[in-house]
Amino acid sequence: MKAAILVFPGSNCDRDLRVAFEAAGASVTMVWHKEDALPDGTDIVGIPGGFSYGDYLRCGAIAANSPITRSLRTHVERGGYALGICNGFQILTETRILPGALLRNANLKYICRTVPLTVRTSDSDFTRAWNAGTELQIPIAHHDGNYRADADLIEQLEAEDRIAFTYNDNPNGSAGDIAGVLSGNRRVLGMMPHPERAADEALGGTDGRAMFQGLTNALVSA
Amino acid sequence: MKARVHVMLKDGVLDPQGEAVRHALGSLGFDGVGSVRQGKVIEMDLADGTTEETVRDMCEKLLANTVIESYSVDLG
Repeated sequence: MKAAILVFPGSNCDRDLRVAFEAAGASVTMVWHKEDALPDGTDIVGIPGGFSYGDYLRCGAIAANSPITRSLRTHVERGGYALGICNGFQILTETRILPGALLRNANLKYICRTVPLTVRTSDSDFTRAWNAGTELQIPIAHHDGNYRADADLIEQLEAEDRIAFTYNDNPNGSAGDIAGVLSGNRRVLGMMPHPERAADEALGGTDGRAMFQGLTNALVSA
Repeated sequence: MKARVHVMLKDGVLDPQGEAVRHALGSLGFDGVGSVRQGKVIEMDLADGTTEETVRDMCEKLLANTVIESYSVDLG
């Protein structure tokens, strides 16, 4: 599996994401935001956490208009995979690749701690390793993770089984306790929690590792 | 010419920052503050003749996230 990880000024989880993908057997290329093309044969694009462009204007808004993000859009429209974590999820909503928006946490605080999540669907290459209902311990670290979706959108996401993860103890005010959502074709996942920070026993847990292993297994022959 | 764009969270979108400001005003002794909504103002120097339509296009593409925000444009 070939993964390309986008790097924006202010990204700070890009190398962690690389380590998690490589540990699962992927070959990884880091792609600077000013480049206008993804490497040939890219199977999945990782959009990492951090504070792209200092969160100016709105989190993810400037990155959503970077040259490389146009290539990301083309990749996704062709049916390519993408995984956006934290600021990456914000970028995916700002590009409208994923629906909804991420607002300031309801308690206005930056929250950095490990939280329990529930896997809501195993029907994606990101979540295949788990049964729906499985509980995971995954770190969150964000100020703007309050997922906003109106009632119609929540209903649609539920009907289409596109809610990948929910918070067990909603830390940020997200509508429907939503922590991660899938695209209609189930090949793009955006989530606020950091599975790449829970992918190594030495670094506080391995509950996120199966996501990277599952992706590598699914995309190995692509 | 100058343009001034006001961006506000849409009605119905909970504004936690506005709520915090409302509470702070109450604790300072200002009574009767029913609600507070916080937004942003973006001022731009533009080439003469730039149309409102162009500024609105800027809002749609970047300055506002119309999923959650509304905007208004003042030219002058």
